[in-house]
Amino acid sequence: MNFKNFKIDLSNKKKDLIPQVLTVLLIILAVVYFSINAQNNMGNRGISFGFGFLSQESSFDITFSLIDYDGSDSYARAFLVGLLNTILVSAIGIFFATILGVTVGIARLSQNYLIAKAATWYVEIFRNIPLILQIFFWYFAALRALPLTVDSINFYDISFLNVKGWYVPKFIWTNFSLFFYSLIAAFILLFFVSKYAKKQRDEIGKHLPMLPISLAILIGLPFLTFLIGGVSLSFQIPELNQLSKTVYVYRGGVSIIPELISLALALSMYTATFIAENVRAGILGINKGQKEAAASIGLTKGQILKLIIMPQALRIIIPPTTNQYLNLTKNSSLAAAIAYPDIVLVFAGTALMQTGRAIEIISITMLTYLTLSLSISVFMNWYNTKMAIKEK
Amino acid sequence: MNINILKPKKENLTNYIVLGGFFIFIALLDLLTNVFFNWNFTGFLPAKFSYFTPLIFGTLGLYLIRIEFSGNKLLDKINVNFNSSNFNAILTLLVTFALIKFVPPLLNWFIFDANFLGNTKEDCTGSGACWVFVKVWLNRFVYGMYPDAEQWRINTAFFILFMAVGASFFASTKYKKYLIIFLLFIYPIIGFKLISGGDFGLKFVETGAWGGLSLTFIVSAFSLILCFPVGMLLALGRRSNLPAIRYTSIGFIELWRGVPLITVLFMSAVMFPMFLPDGTYVDKLIRVLIAITLFEAAYMAEVIRGGLQALPKGQYEAAKSLGMGYWRMHFLIILPQALKLVIPGIANTFLALVKDTPLIFVVGLLELAGMVNLAKTNPKWLGMAMEGYVFAGLVFWVICYSMSRYSQNLEKKLSTER
Repeated sequence: MNFKNFKIDLSNKKKDLIPQVLTVLLIILAVVYFSINAQNNMGNRGISFGFGFLSQESSFDITFSLIDYDGSDSYARAFLVGLLNTILVSAIGIFFATILGVTVGIARLSQNYLIAKAATWYVEIFRNIPLILQIFFWYFAALRALPLTVDSINFYDISFLNVKGWYVPKFIWTNFSLFFYSLIAAFILLFFVSKYAKKQRDEIGKHLPMLPISLAILIGLPFLTFLIGGVSLSFQIPELNQLSKTVYVYRGGVSIIPELISLALALSMYTATFIAENVRAGILGINKGQKEAAASIGLTKGQILKLIIMPQALRIIIPPTTNQYLNLTKNSSLAAAIAYPDIVLVFAGTALMQTGRAIEIISITMLTYLTLSLSISVFMNWYNTKMAIKEK
Repeated sequence: MNINILKPKKENLTNYIVLGGFFIFIALLDLLTNVFFNWNFTGFLPAKFSYFTPLIFGTLGLYLIRIEFSGNKLLDKINVNFNSSNFNAILTLLVTFALIKFVPPLLNWFIFDANFLGNTKEDCTGSGACWVFVKVWLNRFVYGMYPDAEQWRINTAFFILFMAVGASFFASTKYKKYLIIFLLFIYPIIGFKLISGGDFGLKFVETGAWGGLSLTFIVSAFSLILCFPVGMLLALGRRSNLPAIRYTSIGFIELWRGVPLITVLFMSAVMFPMFLPDGTYVDKLIRVLIAITLFEAAYMAEVIRGGLQALPKGQYEAAKSLGMGYWRMHFLIILPQALKLVIPGIANTFLALVKDTPLIFVVGLLELAGMVNLAKTNPKWLGMAMEGYVFAGLVFWVICYSMSRYSQNLEKKLSTER
């Protein structure tokens, strides 16, 4: 009896073992086969696998960079420039996509027929056109229709929009670090004050006016550094310079290149449609009784949305919206199509052409995206657990 | 008569309607004369104020006619749908004004001032769009660089596809099975052979010449057919009890889902050839198809996994108690139900796939968007970017919108059956 059972167990284990061993073997075989081929191919081209090239001089220029960079810097620094540009456009895109998406999502549920229809058509139009076409449209068609440098669109004499980009004033700080630390200190202080306020409310039922207090801390502390810390801020306004009879350029200020504008526009408008759908689904997912109960205790419409609907709807909205943030970050790689110097264009494009190190460069690029994706999803998971229903 | 102008009431309904209507009329008149005749009759007011006059008059007018339960059905309907509060009234006005301001110029550009006749850029004399560009390039936009004389082959291939798909909708269950087997296993080979040629007296057309809208369809159709079984296996693998298989599937799925398609295509273009023995050449299109298939299979796997998880445990237990093995249980009991549950998800994945196809330009294959890019750089047709992208956008929009509508209908139909 015992023996029989043992036999069945064994055969079951064997049955489980065979496909697993086969899978592992297959993977090992594939890896070995591919790496032998890769070694041969690289040997034929006279290069060996390694990441030493990262410290070599890159000797190419990048049109737009957040940190100092020129051709004499290393490939590693070029990679960093590309990465920062990717993060920049993703952050801008996420910011505007969220604002636009939430607005449109709420607008779709508006009682106002016109608003609801307009929001619906916005979603239906922008969701169903490939993102890359939208990027092309903004870059090659819409932004190219802007006026030339000499007759730029003027925003109150401080910022100028033309076909070469958008010129905005540059902040020139003295003692910026002190200002920065004071901001951090303000946030830390705010954290403790809000904790204290919550304690007061829970224990003795006293409501502290949190909005004025937090505003005072956030504005007052950095402002103090202006008064006594020797921090000062001045603006450098872009100025029109005439180079020759027909050539004009803007000097000074910060120039936001059209590639960045069109990419950020397309990314946020496209992703906003998906976020809007998530928001709508989230709000619709809240039981109607919640709304009615809130209305019956005399809350206004704005209060119902802010205090009752949104906190509950957020739990439904956050997980799919995380996915959209991830998609936006990954979609920012389409930058390569319009020559915005993101990580794909700089590293997987130019650097790869120059060094020919396909395997190293593509793996680094993919790993970078994997890390970015994972870090966003870890952050959003943390936020999601924080927002989830706390059962006592 | 005692009219408190600030409190519209039911008693003086007509007065308020007349007064409110008058203000709304002034607001619209101000805007319309401004937009169409370029004449601002409130121009004598300070510039900043005159700019907002339509909004102010309109809000006032809408406020005056906001009378609840007035007894007039039309008025009540207007108030509920457009005018339930001051905020809503302002929104209504803003949307109306935006429509009046932007729709006519758009229509003019699109149709009334557009050029349809002629064959060269010089024929475009009107101020609107130059649709001549699209007309002249239409053949390229649809067939790419495929030789003109051989284009009937693409048409035939798609004709067979549409006939087979159409027939499978109407055929009885007995024949449906064969039609689906034909579509999944035999048709891809026939279609590919027909378009690429090389045998049966058909001229060989290299894949580099394929392009345009037909390439969009080819890539989407092949990737969809191929990614389905791979995604299914991955989904089953991820839910498997065997650790080696489970972790392999998880790793595979998360790897593809974590990277953008464009890097995968780069990989297929520059990294993949390094992994093959020296001298082997795999066709560009096939490399792209493999890359897109693996990429979409990872997404498909997650969609199908959602369906598998949604099935009640009893289904598995019932199948097992009938003595079914792993594969029989999944193919006969579990998957048919799970797939039905996730039809919207599958449709979304397919939509994403169609919208991703333009990316194949990174390896030098030009489908519709790529052909537009090519055409707009033609020296004879410079400055036609707007027309080209609007046309391509319209085509993609029609395809994607109708597909999403179809999937919504399908979902509704199936949900009533349950």
